[in-house]
Amino acid sequence: MNGTVNLVIGLAMGLNLLALGSSRLPTLIRAMSLQGVVLGVMPLLIEHERLNWQILAVAVATMAGKGVLIPSLLQRAMRAANIDREMEPFIGFVPSLLLGAGGTIGAVALAQELPLLPEHAGSLLVPGAMASMLTGFILLIGRAKAISQVCGYLILENGIYLFGLLLIHSTPLLVESGILLDLTVGVFVIGIIVDRIQRAFDSLDTRKLTTLHE
Amino acid sequence: MIYTFELILRLAIWLLLAPLLPGIINKVKAWVAGRRGPPVLQLYYDLAKLWRKGVVMSTLASPGFIAGPAVAWVALLAAAILMPLGPLGSALSFRGDVLLLIYLLALARFCTAWAAMETGSAFEGMGAAREVSYAVLAEAAIIAAVLALSVHTRSVSLVTMLSPSAGAGAALLAAGLFTVLLAENCRVPFDDPNTHLELTMIHEVMVLDHSGPPLAAILHGASVKLLLFSVLLVQAVVPLGNLSAPLAGAALAGGVLAVTIGVGLVESLLARLAFRRVPLLLTTAFLLCLFALLVSWNWK
Repeated sequence: MNGTVNLVIGLAMGLNLLALGSSRLPTLIRAMSLQGVVLGVMPLLIEHERLNWQILAVAVATMAGKGVLIPSLLQRAMRAANIDREMEPFIGFVPSLLLGAGGTIGAVALAQELPLLPEHAGSLLVPGAMASMLTGFILLIGRAKAISQVCGYLILENGIYLFGLLLIHSTPLLVESGILLDLTVGVFVIGIIVDRIQRAFDSLDTRKLTTLHE
Repeated sequence: MIYTFELILRLAIWLLLAPLLPGIINKVKAWVAGRRGPPVLQLYYDLAKLWRKGVVMSTLASPGFIAGPAVAWVALLAAAILMPLGPLGSALSFRGDVLLLIYLLALARFCTAWAAMETGSAFEGMGAAREVSYAVLAEAAIIAAVLALSVHTRSVSLVTMLSPSAGAGAALLAAGLFTVLLAENCRVPFDDPNTHLELTMIHEVMVLDHSGPPLAAILHGASVKLLLFSVLLVQAVVPLGNLSAPLAGAALAGGVLAVTIGVGLVESLLARLAFRRVPLLLTTAFLLCLFALLVSWNWK
């Protein structure tokens, strides 16, 4: 049981590194959405003895939202704004990959020092959450294009969601669905903003947004 | 007496079977592309032909031009003798032989690069520089993989390291070692063995000016190295030590065949990478092996 959970989280950690190493936007979006789906399965695995309609609803909504809805919104925005698929990194792919790997190792080491509940001690839940958050931060800082920064934000959110699974009994369904709705609306709005940025600046490079125009 | 006999038999296996692998790879590539392709034994014919030819030497070249390929060939064969062959075990095994294996592979590479520089051609120097700069990254991955196996089995000799599998990290180790195999043997995502576009060649540049028996030694040595890495990959991943002897032998042979066909498929389906993307892939291989090391450290 714990083995399956660890395997799934290990897969999510691998997807983190894939997201850091990919140079094409579609690959990054695919890695991000696959990670969302993989993490959407997690509540079913953790709570497979005490399955109720709440947990089922959270899992299905997460998988549908992160696996289908958000990536299709992003891809639509990409098509509408005619973005070319290459990413322009501030932090090169090899350094960001090494940073991510070092962060993952650091997260595993740190989680062993944390005073966790005994039922969470052996699992990769906490290190996986921290590694995903770190990956999100690296993507947010290290990529120039708006869409890749959105992907970084979504991977960061995946990490927070994984952390939230520790408290799955105490969080009401309303909070979970509220977060998911916020996320979807956020991506929807960003899709529109991306189109506007592209029209105003002829590029999605966020560096150009720092200069003011009359 | 029996020991000498066994050693000779083992050498004969390595010497005679190795040129089969490039033939199988080419057959797979031809099959995917819908061609008939060269015969599987093509490399044997090529080696026999090269062996009968004379050597053309640059006036600049010292005897190192001949000695380099010869030393490299002997070093690769010595590395092959160290490598255990599944149920047959190893002909020569001692504590720390895995380090000698890594150094012998490095020696072979050094000698090939040295012979390439002997011609005095700037072009071959460029090929040698490329080969060595990729090798630095690939070697880091091999060392991480060897450390993973060593930590998992708490041993530093190849026979005991390779008889159980890598355990929980086997999938990671398999992916990492396969990438290293492709890089070390100059296969497609890193280098194209069939390329004739001079600016993109790596390994082929280094051996461009060799002819006759030294070229035969280089080609044969490359095929021995391919066999060596496939055997290492299969033994690191498949738990041969838990199987009965005939089954383990069959598993080893089948595994090597599968790896060879895998290389052929990769070569048919992938284009080679741009030069600046190569370090990324090799870093990924290193990280895969590093995570396999961490897995074997944490969940023994």
